Amino acid sequence: MKSTSSFFKLLFMMLIFITEVQATTLTIASYPNFDEAIRAAIPRYEKLHPEINIRLVSLSFYDHHNAMTSALATGAGLPDVMGLEQGFIGRFVNSGGLEELSAPPYNALQYQHLFVPYTIVQAQNDRGKLFAMPADIGPGSLFYRQDLLAKAGISIADMTKSWNGFINAGTKLKQQSIYLVANASDLKDIYIRIGLKPGEGIYFNQAGECLVRSERFVRAFTLAKQVRDLGLDGRLQIWSNEWAEAIRRGRVATQMMGAWFAGHLSSWIAPESSGLWRVSQLPEHSYASWGGSFYAIPKAAAHKSEAWDFIQFMTLDQSMQQEAFKKLDAFPALLSAQQTPHLDEPISYLGQQKARLVWKDAADHMPVIMTHKYDALAAEVIRKQMDLVLDDNKNIAEALADAEQQIVHKVKR
Amino acid sequence: MQEGTTPQRCLIAKQVKWIPYIYLSPFIILFSIFGLYPMLFSAWISLHSWVLGSSLDQMKWVGLHNFKYVLTDEWFYHALYNTVWLSLIAGIPQHAIALPLATRLFQMTPQKRHILLCFYFLPFITSSVAISLVFNSIFSRDFGLLNQLLAMLHDWKFIGFKPLNWLFPASAIDWQDSSHIRWVIAFVVFWRYVGWNTLLYLSAMKTIPKELFDAAELDGAGFWQQLRHVILPTLKPMILLALTLSLIGNFQLFEEPFILTSGTGGSGQAGQTLAMYLYTTAFAEGDFTAASATAWLLFIILFSLCNLTRRISIKNDL
Repeated sequence: MKSTSSFFKLLFMMLIFITEVQATTLTIASYPNFDEAIRAAIPRYEKLHPEINIRLVSLSFYDHHNAMTSALATGAGLPDVMGLEQGFIGRFVNSGGLEELSAPPYNALQYQHLFVPYTIVQAQNDRGKLFAMPADIGPGSLFYRQDLLAKAGISIADMTKSWNGFINAGTKLKQQSIYLVANASDLKDIYIRIGLKPGEGIYFNQAGECLVRSERFVRAFTLAKQVRDLGLDGRLQIWSNEWAEAIRRGRVATQMMGAWFAGHLSSWIAPESSGLWRVSQLPEHSYASWGGSFYAIPKAAAHKSEAWDFIQFMTLDQSMQQEAFKKLDAFPALLSAQQTPHLDEPISYLGQQKARLVWKDAADHMPVIMTHKYDALAAEVIRKQMDLVLDDNKNIAEALADAEQQIVHKVKR
Repeated sequence: MQEGTTPQRCLIAKQVKWIPYIYLSPFIILFSIFGLYPMLFSAWISLHSWVLGSSLDQMKWVGLHNFKYVLTDEWFYHALYNTVWLSLIAGIPQHAIALPLATRLFQMTPQKRHILLCFYFLPFITSSVAISLVFNSIFSRDFGLLNQLLAMLHDWKFIGFKPLNWLFPASAIDWQDSSHIRWVIAFVVFWRYVGWNTLLYLSAMKTIPKELFDAAELDGAGFWQQLRHVILPTLKPMILLALTLSLIGNFQLFEEPFILTSGTGGSGQAGQTLAMYLYTTAFAEGDFTAASATAWLLFIILFSLCNLTRRISIKNDL
């Protein structure tokens, strides 16, 4: 009897072993909080595909992108699917290390019409080839403290009518010892994303020419300088402790950021300010994108077909996108997933405002912006010159000329 | 084969020859993987052009172009200036304070000396992230302790007057601006490493024969005279070593300025050191080739400076 039981035990263990040997392990590399969407999807996906085991490798935001860079360079430690953030997408798309998803057998451009248009363009290289699939987007909006504006006698409609209206509101807030924005360079960050002509990126056009001396940059720098000279900003470095403390204590009236900022506000920056914050569109009917996430397949991935299947599940499955929207506030890149009652639900932290409708409207109006492999480099050069203009009174035209010279010098190598 | 040796003895002798290498192998293996290989790889990469994210096969040989590029980048010189400035302003006071401090500790009873030394040494063994975060809170413009203290002193009333209002600023000082941030970083670095240098000097002082101090005391030498005529001449080799260590440490300064400026280098890049420039070039701009060239330039600068101190020590017979 004992020997029969041992035999069945052995048989059972062998069966498990055989099943595990036969199952394909799909490695997915991601970063917080984007990894939460994958974590939430794993049980359902593995139920649908019992032959697949998902191994999620999650590193901190910068560590993940650095690890992926090293993996693509060396070909070692490559996952089957990699999550990528919008700030890095230009660099990876132009790296030559990712699988072209617009080519067979994927033919992913057939799904183009299903997504928010600007996200697809972000994942394309300068020849229109697609290398990643969009998962979520970060429509930008103006977060503001309703109570502080009311105290200073400011209406949000007047404030956002024009950039001058925005700055005028700042002078009223200053009388109450409240900063209009955390840092004057926030205005520059927005304005350089507005009014782009077709075929233009933020820093480069389609021909790869540097655009930082355009009127767009001059106006962006001028607005930022105006805010600094009037003493309307807190000179606070975003994501610094001092910045979080100033927001927590109600010293900053507005913050321009992606939709996902609501989650940061309510969870750790200022949970005690529940009901005081609201969102609005950016001043002067501007629309800008703050972040967004993508999935890509490395060229040297071991299980490309399974990886593509998983990516389709995460990006084209309406219910999965809606689940991520509901659970993680990851605004869906898939248009059909945006048609959900969840969109109409009020957000208690934002004073019961139906803020998701504001973000939906922003997503609908978002301009298509080309990405370039040297965007990160140009952004760094511009940031340094902006600092010199704001803090050391460097002439704007001179700063932009220097920025152009430095960018060209770096890019030409 | 030598006379009188057997093949067995020869084999043992051969094995014995290899034994030290076997004992050394854990270090050699780890150093080769995590030390030597990255170093050689960075030298190799600095001579190529490479688009970040692409395969290493796509690298192109460019010779010294990356070095030329870094040497014509104005931000490199800016970072070099900041690094030299911080090395001097944070470095010199460390030794100017550590020497007399170590002398005073040396004259104390061992029990008292050990307790005080623990306090002085504590900043050195505390995580630099924790230190920088604490100092961030102290030097915060709006919520910092220092500005609150200055405001309190400015507003201090004495018989209806504010006698200190001319001495202390009325408005909060922005410690992050370009005119202050370097001083803040220098102060934190000084505070952190003064204990380490004190320990170095104290250890060296213990090797000075007691008779020298007794003789000096009999001759009526006080604290400063003992320091000048007994301790300083005997400690010259240790001073040179401590200065060299400070030089190396200060030229590689990264954590303190990085955290105190939130990784940006501060307003006008006033707090950006060479190590931060290297990091920004690699991770913000995505240019690993220029960053590798910077690393080797930093090595050349440090090597030259260390060689200079070595020559000085040989010249002075230290």
